[in-house]
Amino acid sequence: MPDTATEVASLVDKDYEHGFVTDIEADTVPPGLNEDVIRLISQKKNEPDFMLEWRLKAYRHWLTLQPPHWAHINFPEIDYQAISYYSAPKSDKERPKSLEEVDPKLLETYEKLGIPLEEQKMLAGVAVDAVFDSVSVATTFKDKLAKEGVIFCAFSEALQTHPELVKQYLGSVVPMTDNYFATLNSAVFSDGSFVYIPKGVRCPMELSTYFRINASHTGQFERTLIVAEEGSYVSYLEGCTAPRRDENQLHAAVVELVALDNAQIKYSTVQNWYPGDENGQGGIYNFVTKRGDCRGHHAKISWTQVETGSAITWKYPSCVLTGDHSVGEFYSVALTHHHQQADTGTKMVHLGKHTTSTIISKGISAGQGQNAYRGLVRIAKQADNARNYTQCDSLLMGSRCGAHTFPSVEVKNPTATLEHEASTSKISDDQLFYCLQRGISEEDAVSMIVNGFCKEIFKELPMEFAVEAQKLLDMSLEGAVG
Amino acid sequence: MLTIKNLHVEVDGKAILKGIDLEVHAGEVHAIMGPNGSGKSTLSNVLAGRDGYTVTQGDVLYQGDNLLQYEPDERACRGVFLAFQYPVEIPGVNNVYFLKAAVNAIRQYQGKEELDAMDFMALMKQKMTLVKMDNTLLKRSVNEGFSGGEKKRNEILQMAMLDPKLAILDETDSGLDIDALRIVAEGVNQLRHSQRSIVMVTHYQRLLSYIVPDYVHVLSEGQIVKSGDKNLALELEEKGYGWITEEVA
Ligand SMILES: Nc1ncnc2c1ncn2[C@@H]1O[C@H](COP(=O)(O)OP(=O)(O)OP(=O)(O)O)[C@@H](O)[C@H]1O
Ligand SMILES: [Mg+2]
Repeated sequence: MPDTATEVASLVDKDYEHGFVTDIEADTVPPGLNEDVIRLISQKKNEPDFMLEWRLKAYRHWLTLQPPHWAHINFPEIDYQAISYYSAPKSDKERPKSLEEVDPKLLETYEKLGIPLEEQKMLAGVAVDAVFDSVSVATTFKDKLAKEGVIFCAFSEALQTHPELVKQYLGSVVPMTDNYFATLNSAVFSDGSFVYIPKGVRCPMELSTYFRINASHTGQFERTLIVAEEGSYVSYLEGCTAPRRDENQLHAAVVELVALDNAQIKYSTVQNWYPGDENGQGGIYNFVTKRGDCRGHHAKISWTQVETGSAITWKYPSCVLTGDHSVGEFYSVALTHHHQQADTGTKMVHLGKHTTSTIISKGISAGQGQNAYRGLVRIAKQADNARNYTQCDSLLMGSRCGAHTFPSVEVKNPTATLEHEASTSKISDDQLFYCLQRGISEEDAVSMIVNGFCKEIFKELPMEFAVEAQKLLDMSLEGAVG
Repeated sequence: MLTIKNLHVEVDGKAILKGIDLEVHAGEVHAIMGPNGSGKSTLSNVLAGRDGYTVTQGDVLYQGDNLLQYEPDERACRGVFLAFQYPVEIPGVNNVYFLKAAVNAIRQYQGKEELDAMDFMALMKQKMTLVKMDNTLLKRSVNEGFSGGEKKRNEILQMAMLDPKLAILDETDSGLDIDALRIVAEGVNQLRHSQRSIVMVTHYQRLLSYIVPDYVHVLSEGQIVKSGDKNLALELEEKGYGWITEEVA
């Protein structure tokens, strides 16, 4: 389909010229949330009418909701009227001029991760010079995608260029009324990514938010929508192992995935928000709603995540297995250290016949970290011959941390097959001593044992990501033993 | 090579070793025998630097240097190797990967160049024949699901790869069938060397008929109560430990 391809190519080029950062002049709406603020956000972004209507509807619904409370997470009440819901990207004037002005602690971390200097600048929010920008990987990247007809752009950009696609799929997986944070996001979302893979196309490369340079300012209410048409394939990478500088405490993102007949979406996340200091001060609260719908038969959606950041993480990437013979997978490593709290897990909702789901969750707790796995497997009445395999393993380092698992199942069809396995282990003194006696240092030994524990998950990650994830775990566990 | 002088060791406030004296020269093989619970593993663990043991008196000199001052990994890097009575399983960590990490950590400490994958595999192939170890075990996680005998062979393979100066083998013969015992013993014999000392803990004379020791010591209630040559082991096989402890008392 050369026509679509060239059309997309020209759009892509044009959009890149303008960029979405430049068409918003610097200004910030005062803290607080009301309908005027939402109108202003929508107007600033020059959104189509349907978008504004949608936001307002979500806002009105949100007003009727109560903030949630959970047994295994403690956090101070959030004052939603104290948050500013729109702030334009920082101008170069406000940003640090060079790395010398950046917090040395942050630079130290970049150093440890081996991040190249130019990328360090980008991540730290240093005003990047034009040269770096124009020779960036992003440009060549976009050309290649356009040839295949793949759309990969900022959400706000998609609203301008492909409003009909956004309208068709937005909220079709995570309805605006879904939960407190998803509803809030629907009302005020700032930006995010939009991906569309045409019928029969195998996306020629891993799509990574990392390459979307502008995405560094999508802020606290991110929104991502990925649509894979019949017989297509895409692997999407979210996040980055380097901690981002971020002043916003509350993050409430929404991610929706739609896989049609025989389509496959692989969504990998390596998350490293700033977790707060050793006492848990200043970390980020991360409340995310991620859901994929295997809408077609033989569709497949896999979530793979490695979570180490955040003071508090609350996140359940889920799959709705609508199409017959569709497949849902969830592979997760969650690490908590110091005072971090993670409450993660997944939901697998089997609606179609012969649907299969696999859940492998690995929790690592160190220091005073608390790790909870919460899983739900639901087999609907009409879902004949559904299968699920669940495995939850916890690794404890030290005696003050905790691991909790809350698996639950609802089975309405007697032909279902469910298997569940769980284990809790400690890095034993025996294991450590064995490594030491072979000349391996304690730090390397811990890293080796932890990586061994996570192996099943790491092998699901794209190669470079797996290497980064490993480094990230090593770094997050520094000083965890001894 | 190794000089132990009046070594006293406590565990949880309980005295386990009560004045051990032992002199091991380069190239010698010493066998340590003795009843269950007499302190053989304790002695092995203290030499390797395991946590939880308190040395209350005495000295251990290794290559003329105070051994007890070093952390366990540093002792390993200086050439002290312990073949475990119960080798530990490390799930998810590949056996070869583990061994390569160990070999290179030690080489690095000793100021030698690290082995690259090719050289390492070549060395590995050569050492594998020593204990006739099955190739498929290399692809598995460290000791995970290994049979008792396979674990012991793996220990000797590690010893061969790490090239220690002082090797302490804690009941390497237990759990081995007759053929495996012979293979492992032959492996150890090939590792005998004028510059390497071996301290071998065992309950059975059978091992000592394959690996002929220069000295045999009997440990009882935390003390070496009798030393002799290989004939002492034969005598023990025949009469048990009773007569020695009586003789001492
Ligand atoms: N961690 C510990 N806590 C308490 N007691 C211990 C500990 N480790 C060893 N002991 C005790 O020390 C004594 C010596 O144990 P050790 O394992 O050294 O004996 P051994 O000679 O190796 O015995 P075996 O022939 O059965 O292997 C035993 O009484 C044992 O119970
Ligand atoms: Mg013992």
